[in-house]
Amino acid sequence: MRRGPALGALLLVLAGCGTDAAGAPAGDEVAGTLTVFAAASLTDVLTGLGDQLEADHPGLEVQFSFAGSSALATQVVQGAPADVLASADTEQMGLVTDAGLTDGSPGVFASNVLEIAVPAGNPGGVTGLADFADPDLALAVCAPAVPCGSAAEEVFAAAGVDAQPDTQEDDVRAALTKVQLGEVDAALVYATDVRAAGDAVEGIPFPEAGQAVNEYPICRLAAAPNPVAARAFVDLVRSDAGRRALADAGFRTP
Amino acid sequence: MSLAAHVVARRGALGLDVELAVADGEVLGVLGPNGAGKSTLLRVLAGLLVPDGGRVVVDGDRVWDDVDLHVPAHQRSLGMVFQDHLLFPHLSVAENVAFGLRTRGVRRAEARAAAESWLDRVGLAGLGDSRPGQLSGGQAQRAALARALVGDPRLLLLDEPLSALDARTRLTVRAELHRHLAEYAGSAVLVTHDPVDAMALADRVLVVEDGAVVQAGPPAEVARRPRTDYVARLVGLVLLAGMGDGQQVRLDGGGVVAVAEDVAGPVFVAVRPESVALYLQRPVGSPRNVWPLRLATATPHGSVVRCDLTGEVPLTADVTATSFAELGLAPGAEVWAAVKASELTVYPR
Amino acid sequence: MPAPLLVPALLAVAFLVLPLVGLVVRAPWSEIGPQLTRPGVGEALRLSLVSATLATLLSLLLGVPLAWVLARSRVRGRSLLRALVTVPLVLPPVVGGVALFLVLGRQGIVGRWLFEATGFSLPFTTAAVVVAETFVAMPFLVVSVEGALRAADARFEDAAATLGADRWTTFRRVTLPLVAPGVAAGAVLCWARALGEFGATITFAGNFPGTTQTMPLAVYLTLQRDPEAAIVLSLVLLAVSLATLLLLRGRWLVRGAAG
Repeated sequence: MRRGPALGALLLVLAGCGTDAAGAPAGDEVAGTLTVFAAASLTDVLTGLGDQLEADHPGLEVQFSFAGSSALATQVVQGAPADVLASADTEQMGLVTDAGLTDGSPGVFASNVLEIAVPAGNPGGVTGLADFADPDLALAVCAPAVPCGSAAEEVFAAAGVDAQPDTQEDDVRAALTKVQLGEVDAALVYATDVRAAGDAVEGIPFPEAGQAVNEYPICRLAAAPNPVAARAFVDLVRSDAGRRALADAGFRTP
Repeated sequence: MSLAAHVVARRGALGLDVELAVADGEVLGVLGPNGAGKSTLLRVLAGLLVPDGGRVVVDGDRVWDDVDLHVPAHQRSLGMVFQDHLLFPHLSVAENVAFGLRTRGVRRAEARAAAESWLDRVGLAGLGDSRPGQLSGGQAQRAALARALVGDPRLLLLDEPLSALDARTRLTVRAELHRHLAEYAGSAVLVTHDPVDAMALADRVLVVEDGAVVQAGPPAEVARRPRTDYVARLVGLVLLAGMGDGQQVRLDGGGVVAVAEDVAGPVFVAVRPESVALYLQRPVGSPRNVWPLRLATATPHGSVVRCDLTGEVPLTADVTATSFAELGLAPGAEVWAAVKASELTVYPR
Repeated sequence: MPAPLLVPALLAVAFLVLPLVGLVVRAPWSEIGPQLTRPGVGEALRLSLVSATLATLLSLLLGVPLAWVLARSRVRGRSLLRALVTVPLVLPPVVGGVALFLVLGRQGIVGRWLFEATGFSLPFTTAAVVVAETFVAMPFLVVSVEGALRAADARFEDAAATLGADRWTTFRRVTLPLVAPGVAAGAVLCWARALGEFGATITFAGNFPGTTQTMPLAVYLTLQRDPEAAIVLSLVLLAVSLATLLLLRGRWLVRGAAG
């Protein structure tokens, strides 16, 4: 029962879950309960898209489980009954694919890059990545052990900047908090975090950010209890409306 | 050096209002039951408690306590001995005795020498390096006395200094305390609930009940002529109040007592329990004071049995254990009580 | 020993000790050598010990007088004061860290003034680690010293007053020696709490090797990448704190209790 019993499901597998747009079997109703496992950084965007899908299909109820990408991958591998997995980490998604649990191959639907976050008004006068070498500025980056920290190391290496941070935060939110409080002049965080922080934080994009792109893959799961709704959800995320929502939240979209 | 004080203080249900004066070299004993306000009085005299009114004057002009002026304890020249010695457990005995000198700026060596000399005076020579916990109760109280006296204070306050000691130790410490008090030149106030301490140590006694002075005078006078039931009980007397009428006293509670002298007006009659004799039959020879009474309780009291009697004239009689056995008395039994008029002490109320 | 006491007591021992046993059993013993000599481990350990000790000293300096005020003075609103100063006991440490920013950060109520006047900013310095640890750990000291003061016989202080000692002298020469065992116990609690402090430290002092990265921070971040190495680091912290406490117990605590 790993592959769907119906012919429609088999077709879906062949078409691949990320790129399929034309193979929807007519007559199948989008209804029932849809369970989406998604990375925590997607909380706002996907909740909005879920509401939209429910509005379009009155018989549908979308349930989300937001958590870290590795926790989600572990849960799926352990047999959690999800329909869709939206991860923030291609490696973690790879674990699920390798276990043969995905319905087709995952496709990247969004990506996130680092941005320089500064307090409103930019009191430190930060202009670009080179300012992270200034020992007189109060600067925060993520610790190398966490994803945003390893990304930071990559962009510093690419830009040839000898960074002089005052603190290596344990996660991106902690770094952002210090910007919001005005206790650091700049922090290296994700563009989506800058957007989410609102008016208290300004973002400064920089060209080297492209050296460390964090890609978000999405895929239906082979054991999906509700494959029809799963496909509808993935389609919506990848539609123009989905891309607009992602872009509003600061994601780049393909 | 002298002390004159009028202390007004309210502590919960107790309203204290006491006036006292202590001359140079005099020891004033403050005697009273628990809760009478003795400790409150002493704490006010020490400056540990701010009174609600009155004043404390030392040496005629040096005001220690007043409505406008409160001199805290540590600025007063005083020594205090507490019931359970309160020697600081973390200091040696000598350091305890030297403590008051050190706080007043005396050099360490000099303070130490003075402490050793005082330890010698109270019979604790050689124990200066011990910890208070290693001393016996009597030794600790002697050390506490040395600690209080070492600075030659103007005022010495003793709060039940002997009551924590066992009976034998108490005898010897009381004798020593008497000697030191006799040598002490300042004014001393001794608070106690034990009449024996007051009689043995005080030059004058103040009896305090319910926050007020009920009797004052030399110890022998207080012992012979008590003015309240409390004092009478303490000194082992039965007190009868009445109106003098020639050679007899009509008691307030009914009954008539014959006395040996002519008296008039309100008087007290003090009866010593050992002067009361008990008979199963009305005694022959008809002594003038004889009443049919009923035995309420009988309690052994040393070599005698103390018999509390009820009836027209409530009395207490001490009879020897042998006589008590011969009489074959049991509580509720009817007896005749007789006392000679010449055995009674009569004095104005 | 009665079973109603013995059985829960044994359960409590099991509950407290088994996780420790788990750490010891799961520790990659063969890797202990390499893990210990990894750069930064010694530094984090030294920083932890130094900052916890400084935080304890600071807590003693400020906390013992505070305990005295709570136990002895007749200040109005004392119960409210007591409740307020023990707030860090119940406050999530991360929130404590943010609260410290709001006061001592360079945008904070006090910190702003300091920053403008001197250019000095407390966060992200070793001093900030000490401040964060003190904030979280001092209430432990205050509570235990206040308890000791309340249990001590205040009449010893009366006796000292009649011997010419003012309140300060009485406090130094009588009260403090009397409650020394309580102060020692409080200092040990305080030190242990400071040594394990994580939330307020990482929030207010940040995390930078050599400056603000204490052992608990190093353990947490290592856990993200290499759980086995994190276990080794935890065991090191555990061993060092146990050794310190046993040493103190032998030399200082027992003497204090006997005094």
